[in-house]
Amino acid sequence: MTNSIDDLEKAECILVIGSNTTEGHPIVGLRIKKAVMKNDCRLIVAEPRHIRLCYYADQWLRHRPGTDVALLNGMMNVILSEGLADEEFIRERTEGFEEFRKVVEQYPPERAAEICGVEAEEIRRAARTFARASSAAIVYAMGITQHTTGVDNVLSLANLAMLTGNLGKEGAGVNPLRGQNNVQGACDMGALPNVFTGYQPVSDPQVRKKFEKAWGVDYLPGNPGLTIMEMVDAVLRGEVKVLYIMGENPLLSDPDIRHLKEALEKVDFLVVQDIFLTETARYADVVLPAASFAEKEGTFTNTDRRVQRVRKAVEPPGEAREDSWIIAQVASRLGYEMGDVSAPAVMEEIASLTPSYAGISYRRLEELGELRWPCPSPDHPGTPILHVDKFTRGKGRFSPVEYKPPAEEPDADYPLVLTTGRLLHHYHTGSMTRRVKPLNELVPENRVWMNPEDAKRLGVAAGEEVAVESRRGAIRVRARVTEKVPPGVVFIPFHFGESPANALTNPALDPVAKIPEYKVASVRIVTGEAMESLEYVTV
Amino acid sequence: MEQVRLNIDGVDVVTTPDRTILEAAREAGIRIPSLCYDQRMDPFGACRICIVEVEGARGLLPACATRVTDGMVVRTNTEELRRIRRTIVELLLSDHPRDCMTCESAGNCELQDLAYEYGVKETRFPGEEHHYEALADNPLIERDYTKCVLCGRCIRICREVQGVGVYDFVNRGFEAVPGTPYNRPLTETPCEFCGQCVSTCPTGAIISIPSKGKGRPWQVEKVRTTCPYCGCGCQIDLHVRDGEIIEVSSPVMVGPGQGNLCVKGRYGYAFVHHPDRLTTPLVRKDGELVPASWEEALGMVAERIRGAMDDKGPDAVAFLSSARCTNEENYLLQKLARAVVGTNNVDHCARL
Repeated sequence: MTNSIDDLEKAECILVIGSNTTEGHPIVGLRIKKAVMKNDCRLIVAEPRHIRLCYYADQWLRHRPGTDVALLNGMMNVILSEGLADEEFIRERTEGFEEFRKVVEQYPPERAAEICGVEAEEIRRAARTFARASSAAIVYAMGITQHTTGVDNVLSLANLAMLTGNLGKEGAGVNPLRGQNNVQGACDMGALPNVFTGYQPVSDPQVRKKFEKAWGVDYLPGNPGLTIMEMVDAVLRGEVKVLYIMGENPLLSDPDIRHLKEALEKVDFLVVQDIFLTETARYADVVLPAASFAEKEGTFTNTDRRVQRVRKAVEPPGEAREDSWIIAQVASRLGYEMGDVSAPAVMEEIASLTPSYAGISYRRLEELGELRWPCPSPDHPGTPILHVDKFTRGKGRFSPVEYKPPAEEPDADYPLVLTTGRLLHHYHTGSMTRRVKPLNELVPENRVWMNPEDAKRLGVAAGEEVAVESRRGAIRVRARVTEKVPPGVVFIPFHFGESPANALTNPALDPVAKIPEYKVASVRIVTGEAMESLEYVTV
Repeated sequence: MEQVRLNIDGVDVVTTPDRTILEAAREAGIRIPSLCYDQRMDPFGACRICIVEVEGARGLLPACATRVTDGMVVRTNTEELRRIRRTIVELLLSDHPRDCMTCESAGNCELQDLAYEYGVKETRFPGEEHHYEALADNPLIERDYTKCVLCGRCIRICREVQGVGVYDFVNRGFEAVPGTPYNRPLTETPCEFCGQCVSTCPTGAIISIPSKGKGRPWQVEKVRTTCPYCGCGCQIDLHVRDGEIIEVSSPVMVGPGQGNLCVKGRYGYAFVHHPDRLTTPLVRKDGELVPASWEEALGMVAERIRGAMDDKGPDAVAFLSSARCTNEENYLLQKLARAVVGTNNVDHCARL
């Protein structure tokens, strides 16, 4: 997030797009509700599904899945043509405006409406509400990023924020909600194929030199490595022989399960380090038992860049050990001694090598409870709002973005759009929440949500078991008939191993971010006897 | 913002005019007892426990709902105030079970604390008493109106903070209780099972079922940590007794959540002690995963990584790190990949 969670209460307008906030990020959801209920903030929800935030919204824009760029370009077209843009901000703080304007001019609201399915007048109204607010915040999540146009979608949101001068001030900003406790931290720590900690590129010889010196090695590779989806393909091509997975369950979380299963079966040697024998771990050659969050010291970095402590409360069961100990043991057996891997010592090393974390230490965290990066020195208070006087790169760059359709569109064979996501009571692949009895009692099994119109046409009754089939595979799941999804769209949560939504999803990637298109795939519903002849994907 | 000066119990206090007497007093370290007050919500002024004397004011004023003004002189603990508070507590206890010995909330009960502070052992007002059946119509939240003091905190937190509004007062007069629409079970209301009502209930009227009978507040150690679920980063206290987490709460006004939690944060902890937890390394022998020693398992991992490196180079090894693990662990894993193995093949599920 460019701004902080607390800051959302100060917004005069909030655009929530591609985020089912009250279920995916319930506590951020509370802040948005508070802004609306107490501070008369005007909420615009852009979302194909009817989500709880719609009850609090000034406007609900029900656009078709995968048409975010068209919707946003339409809004920006209105802002430009009605003279609502923040010209001073554009002049002083940005560049590339003219090329951007040329593209946006091609998207009058009528054309945008045709693509995204929201009426032109509604697009105009949303554009005016957003642009006229003295501070307007954008909140988004995976509904924006999990597309083959994920990067385009995010660039469009950045365009909207810059066009209306909503960056670098209170109650504004471009605010992605990170889906997992420490996904921000894992990125910050360089658990990415192209960067070291703090997004220092592996391709930069100066950076490499710094890390080589600090780590006492002669050579660090400068060519970016493989992303998760590329690793799977590299295994299938026989290029990757050993796969070492710590605390992840890709078999349920990756798109196109059948493809991933092939890779897990093919890889020469699979190591899984986890707290449970997950669906993925069942394929492992060696399983290493790890400590849970309650059994170790450390830090997580949350969605608004807040570094906070994790503290040990109980002992790990049996012989389970902290991941840090396990990693150091593996390193040692490969001839490298990591030395003191206690959490405060490792944070000291991180701070010494990472400008944005340089001022973060356990001593300060004990004292202050939290520090928000960038925190470049030990006396720096942390940074709640990014880009206040200038952007990281100097001027903010407008990006001309054209609408591109999703990789797979409905056709005669697969006429429905599948979109996937989360439920309030469960988390990710369910390895934790499905083992919490009361949570699993409240929501014990999966459902495919379909509109009553589709259900009627297909002759599906509420609660009936049906098959959902895509070009990648098929699953069995009961139907939830609800107007919360529009006609032509079905929704399946991905928490459930017994009816895994990701058996169906499309592994097509965004060309830059390499993120798969979980939010749009084409499927069909199969009922009755025809279900028997299908081959189902199991994990 | 402009500043106001006032005097509370002889102490000069400087604060801002948006504060109430109760807030100003707490900031100055002066405790005014309360019952229907919770910092997370607007003041309600229902219980009258926080009444104070203000010089020049007509009558006594509720400290929770009275804003400070410049030059105000406030007394919070006079004989008169103590007498009135004592009477209020007696009235409350006239229709409240005195089963503190077995009550789930003993030690964490604001009514019990008030009775203790004001020395109320018996009530002078015997009369009709309620005896409701406890409602456990769901796996998480139990409601027992017998212990309700009608402070409205559950109603208000659900409406004001959660924005849901499952509860409201139903019935009238002596029969009034905070109920659900048509007394439906919580599972048939829009309840999100966040347990915010549990967190604010000052007595044992609303409690968490999974924590029932597991331990008293003075028997647990509270460990402050960060929630392991979504990216909000709420601060939580794990209540630990004999090596087991028996409850989760959130410190009020601390961290991103400010004391509020969702159903996963408050109730999603039992996986830590689940019998499915891995307790020993496993290695595959004759197609089966069987228990092994750390020595054997780690030796095998190192040997196979070394083998792949020697055979096809470091890029034949790939690592998936974890958005669940700590910063320090993620740092170490990418260091293992880059410095030890010599590959940039390290990623995690940021995109998934």
